[in-house]
Amino acid sequence: MKLLRNMFDSLEPHFHKGGKLESWYSLYEAVDTGLFQPNDVTKTTAHVRDGIDLKRVMITVWMCVFPAMFYGMYNLGWQANTALATMDVASIEGWRGALIGLLAGHDAGSIWDNLIFGAAFFVPIYMTVFIVGGFWEVLFAMKRGHEINEGFFVTSILFALICPPDLPLWQAALGISFGVVLGKEVFGGTGKNFLNPALAGRAFLFFAFPSYMSGDAVWTAVDGYTGATALSVAAQQGMDVLTQQMTWMDAFIGKIPGSIGETSTIAILIGGLILVGSSIASYRIVVGVVLGTIVTTMVYNHFGNPETNPMFAMPFWWHFVLGGYAFGLFFMATDPVSASMTNAGKWWFGALIGFMVITIRVVNPAFPEGMMLAILFANLFAPLIDHFVVQSNIKRRLARG
Amino acid sequence: MEELISLFVRSIFIQNMALAFFLGMCTFLALSKKVEAAIGLGIAVIVVQAVTVPINNLLYTYVLSNGALAWAGLPEVDLSFLGLISYIGVIAALVQILEMFLDKYVPSLYNALGVFLPLITVNCAIMGGSLLMVERDYDFSESVVFGVGSGVGWALAITALAGIREKMKYSDVPDGLQGLGITFITVGLMSLGFMSFGGIDL
Repeated sequence: MKLLRNMFDSLEPHFHKGGKLESWYSLYEAVDTGLFQPNDVTKTTAHVRDGIDLKRVMITVWMCVFPAMFYGMYNLGWQANTALATMDVASIEGWRGALIGLLAGHDAGSIWDNLIFGAAFFVPIYMTVFIVGGFWEVLFAMKRGHEINEGFFVTSILFALICPPDLPLWQAALGISFGVVLGKEVFGGTGKNFLNPALAGRAFLFFAFPSYMSGDAVWTAVDGYTGATALSVAAQQGMDVLTQQMTWMDAFIGKIPGSIGETSTIAILIGGLILVGSSIASYRIVVGVVLGTIVTTMVYNHFGNPETNPMFAMPFWWHFVLGGYAFGLFFMATDPVSASMTNAGKWWFGALIGFMVITIRVVNPAFPEGMMLAILFANLFAPLIDHFVVQSNIKRRLARG
Repeated sequence: MEELISLFVRSIFIQNMALAFFLGMCTFLALSKKVEAAIGLGIAVIVVQAVTVPINNLLYTYVLSNGALAWAGLPEVDLSFLGLISYIGVIAALVQILEMFLDKYVPSLYNALGVFLPLITVNCAIMGGSLLMVERDYDFSESVVFGVGSGVGWALAITALAGIREKMKYSDVPDGLQGLGITFITVGLMSLGFMSFGGIDL
């Protein structure tokens, strides 16, 4: 360890102003502070010391996604291998098939086989997203002289996990480029954007290539196997058909097809509760979204006519476990940058998401899934909510005298 | 009644004047730096829109459209070619009245809006409202609802944009994009968010 530290210290002067590697400073700084605790000290009078800085926060979020990610890979493999078995096909074609053949078989009962199958689809997407996004992040950091931020770790993994598994890699690259550059870097980097970059990139893909990812067709990583996602079954055929296909417990555990990281509510819950417990994610937003969802669903349940639109009949506990709801709730809505900053504002912000997600799912026939768009929409109004909270606080204090 | 409610919701969110049709961009971009001014302009647009669209509707139904002058004994006359110029006239007159009213009773708002209040005259959102009303054959009650709704939608959009721009004071935008450049990008991203309503069929 000492040796490594000394090496860094001896390298450091090269990266300072006037050194020959000056423009690479941000990269050096990222590696250095990633490995060692920074030795910066507060230079002005007032300061709060906390062992957890932005870097550690982001790494924690990144780790908390892991349960959802590993379960997602397993489920992706399980879905695909089961589909292969029913179609009576031995293996899939292409380089992915060759890769899987080297390491594992196609037995849906084997955890290893399923994981490898899932990894063969998820890892290339994640690698692409990470490399392309990382390229932009480092480029902007070097040219504009800000630090490379670990927020990018989070953005890349969140983006990869909300993609359908059969996403072409060039689309993944395009989406993350949009998210990182236009969603974040043109505003000056982490902490200065107003939209969640992962969601901005995903929404861009969603609207630019609707035929690939309408959220309608099933996302099983096998060619020629089509079906429908749980939400679109519910939207088109009603709750009865849905409950015949799967139980609530199936959806809660995650044995349903869907985007890679979004299927298992329980795996997301594990990571999410750690985030909320360590107050990285604000419980106000989470509870706000849940309350908003419950109230909105009840209103629709009560007033809507399930004859015309079967989604009116879907109870809120089903909404919780289907689609990207849980994933968005814990990892996207709670993004501290794009959410409301004030405590009262967080409740309203959450409630707005809860209202919007159910409204889009129930009322809008074009999009069966609404979590992503609901969060994006609420991001737009987050600064305005803060503004009004601040104004009303000022008014109240003035009245107090 | 239900139809009117759905028209109201549609004109606010789904066919938002600013973010779905990109109408009224000049004032939308120029006056969205402060939330207070944006709210003021938003209210002005709502008022102007709520008055001009119904009045233009009456004007169209009873004077301009083909055979509208039957009540005056001239069933052959078709004055619809005068549409554009008449709507502009109505809008300009109303904005003048609104301006004098604000100058007298709400001088702070009058000062905040400055030159942009007369510019509402040529705000494409206002003109667009009247033209869309004619194109879609709204009757009088529909045109009242549509006028108010489209005004509210535009006001909502500009207020949200002003909120975001106030927050963006802390952003570190590259030199070449500062000012209008980043605002255009912001508006584009906002309209991505508003796409969540696209496809709702009320």
